[in-house]
Order: sequence, then C-alpha cells, then structure tokens
Amino acid sequence: MIPRYQTILFVVLLAASTVMGGVLWQLRDRAHQRLLAGQDSAPTQAPQVAPAEQATLLVASDTDNSLLARTLSLPLPQSSGARARAVLGKLLDLYASPEAAHPVPGGAASIAQVFLLPASGGTSTPGATATAPKESQTTPELAVVNLTGAFAAGHPSGLETETLTVLSICATLHANQPRITQVRFLVDGQTRATLAGHADLTRTYLATQTVPTEGTHP
Amino acid sequence: MRWTKRLMEHDGRLTFQASALKRVGRPSCICLVAALGVFIPVLAQAPAAPSARFVVVLDAAHGGDDAGGRINTQGGDQAGHSEAEKALTLALSVRLRSLLAARGIAVVTTRETDASVALDRRAEIANRANAQACLSLHVSQSGSGIHLYASSLPPAEPVRFAAWKTAQAAYVTRSIALAGVLNSALLHAGMTVTLGRTALPAVDSMACPAVALEVAPEWGSNHTQTVTLDDPAYQARVAEAVAAALLQWRAEVHQP
Repeated sequence: MIPRYQTILFVVLLAASTVMGGVLWQLRDRAHQRLLAGQDSAPTQAPQVAPAEQATLLVASDTDNSLLARTLSLPLPQSSGARARAVLGKLLDLYASPEAAHPVPGGAASIAQVFLLPASGGTSTPGATATAPKESQTTPELAVVNLTGAFAAGHPSGLETETLTVLSICATLHANQPRITQVRFLVDGQTRATLAGHADLTRTYLATQTVPTEGTHP
Repeated sequence: MRWTKRLMEHDGRLTFQASALKRVGRPSCICLVAALGVFIPVLAQAPAAPSARFVVVLDAAHGGDDAGGRINTQGGDQAGHSEAEKALTLALSVRLRSLLAARGIAVVTTRETDASVALDRRAEIANRANAQACLSLHVSQSGSGIHLYASSLPPAEPVRFAAWKTAQAAYVTRSIALAGVLNSALLHAGMTVTLGRTALPAVDSMACPAVALEVAPEWGSNHTQTVTLDDPAYQARVAEAVAAALLQWRAEVHQP
C-alpha cells in the first residue's frame, strides 16, 4: 500500500516537471526568435563599389627618358589620401607588368600609405574628404608617400630609372590632385637617403615642376 | 677640428675668416663655427671667376661597400654574368683621367681604388679643387646610350655663403651649358643621348659646373644589347667623346 503522502509528492513532482518542460520549450522558442531577429539586422548588404573616374597617370619610359600622360578609368575612393594611393598603385601596377617601358617590380602593394598635410605649416589633415570646405580644396598640400622597403630594395639601380620613378609619382599626384604641390618620400616609415643608390629621397620635390607637357622629357 | 683644418687649407678669404674667429671668445666661437659649418665648404671660390688653371673633377660613383647596381657584361643576358657598377665607373674614371691628362688638363679624382667615399666627401673634394667642370660618373643597365643630368635645383644668384645641400644652385645654369657641350660631343660620336634634371646628393653640394653622366648599354631594334658596358671599345668611344667635350668646354671657359 503506497502511503498517501508519497502519492501527493509524486503528483506534485510530475506537475512541476511538466511545467518546467513547457517553460524550457518557450525559452527555446524565444531564443530561436532572437537569433532570427539578429540575423536580420546583420550587415548582409554588399559594400558599395566606388564609381569609376578618369585618372591621369604620367607613365615613365626608359627608352626616351620621358613621361607620357595616360588617362584611365579607375574606381577611386572619396578620401583624398586613399584616392592618391589608388592612383599611385595603378601606376606601379603598370610598371610591374612584363611589357612595361619602365620596369619596376612591386606593383600597387609598394605604396604603403599616402598622407596629405598642409604644405605650409599648420596641423595635419590626413584623409581630407570630398565634403571638406571649399578653401581646404585649394590649400596647397604636401603628400608624404610611404613606400615599402621591398620596393626600394627591388628597384633597378640607376640615375635615369630612379629619377623617372620619383618624377612620375610626383607628376601623377599633381595631375590628379592639383592642390598637391610638394611630395616627400619615406621607406617603411623612415627617411632614406636614396631610392636605390641615386635619386635623393631626403628632399621635398615640387610637384608643380615635375609635370611635363605630354611626351616630353622631365 | 675638421672645420679649422678646412679653413686653413683654403684661399685668402677663408684665412681671413679664420683670423676673425680668433678674436671672439670660445663659446661664441663654437656657435659661430656651428653656424658656418654648412657654409664654409662651398666658400672656396666665387662662382663667376674661373681660375687660370683648368681643373676637371672626376667622381667615380659608389665604391667600397657601396657596389651600386649590377650590370650585365659580355654574355650577361644569356649566362648571367654581371659586374658591379662601382668597378665600371672606376674603369671609366681611370680611362678618362688618362685622356684628359694627355691633353694637358689637370684632373682631380674622388677615388682611385675600390674605396668607400661619402657623398659629402666627394663634394668636398670637388669644392676644394676649384674646378671648372665636375663629372659624376655612373653606369646603369636601364635605358639606352648616355644619360646626362644636371641638378634639378632652381637656379640662384651666387652668394658668398651658400648652403651645403644647395650649393649647386648658383652653378645650375653653367651646369646645363656643360651638359649641352657634352651632348653635342656625344651625339657627334654617334651615341644616343638623353638629357634631364635630377636630385643627386653629391652633385647638389658641388660648387662647380657639374653634370652626372650615366652610361647605359646600347640596344638594337629587337630589344637585344648591341653593346655591353664592359666593351673596351664602347668605353673608349665614350671617354674620347667626353674628353673632346671638356676640351671644348675649356675653350669656352677661357674665352674673354
């Protein structure tokens, strides 16, 4: 004979187990709903592709020691610094191609960063946006081009080839962003005496003096 | 001290500067010396007054630890033979010195052996020589023919105290004229010549008409080297043309 109190205890425990099972089922459903809601708010939208714009590259040629203007359509970001880096990356990609008239290994990855600073003192304004005030668009800027050490190490040694690389970078920057009037170079973030034993990298280059008329010698 | 030695070795104007320094106290003297340090080496000559003795400075680039570029030599394209730029520049310097000496031109060289010579030291040697022509000799595998470069510094009026890093600015106009004379002689010798402006540390500190001359191989129409840089005949042709140009330049310098 089962005692009465044991029967009551069994019924109470059974009822409690049933209630707890229901609560757990509900909690599981809620967690599932939260998960689905979280997936809906995830950034599933594809990144916006920058619109293609016309860019002018001053492409060097070793055969006649000239810079030749070449216009290409490139997707360019809005930020000035990133835009300068993208244009220079394309220029160095041309030099890294097998049929280049000015062969230099490395390609776009050789440009680590491009910083834009006011050309005449003042505070640094890296990455000035296209929505900046109009006066900042006309303020002369100094571009600091940080090259990778691998690029400098792999650059062919010679007066002509090094000079053409430096001048084509300066001229390309000025052709696409005319407010860049001065250019300085760093290699792995440090100043370096020469690019590959010849062209001086310690001086500030005046970009306005490096832009030649089409096909002429720098 | 190095500056003191430099003062004592120079001409009358510098001796005057040295004696003036003796009259100031020691702390002031040190400050004055520090301020003058970057100017004194280029004070040796007045830009517009060439001396009666015609002197040419030959600066064979690189040397010692600084080998310069690697240059393909005979059969280099096929067999991978190459030579350091420093050896070829020295060979050209030696050959050119002999030719100029045979023509009665005084020559000062920045190096005669495979030795390291700092860029500032090269300019210092040139500035002490009171030269009428300074040639920085380079060799490159890139490009074709002879590349002549004058300093890209903007021309400036001659000043008594010139900054070390831009001393060449007062001579840029004459350097371009010297490049023109070299260009004519090299073209006359049947070589391909390109002219340009560049920023070359040693040349920018030279207080003399200065040109960087880079010799590159000659290429045929089918992108093969017709002449390699270790070809003695090619070296002799370049040296003969440069020597002829310097004779022409001497005549122009000594014109009344």
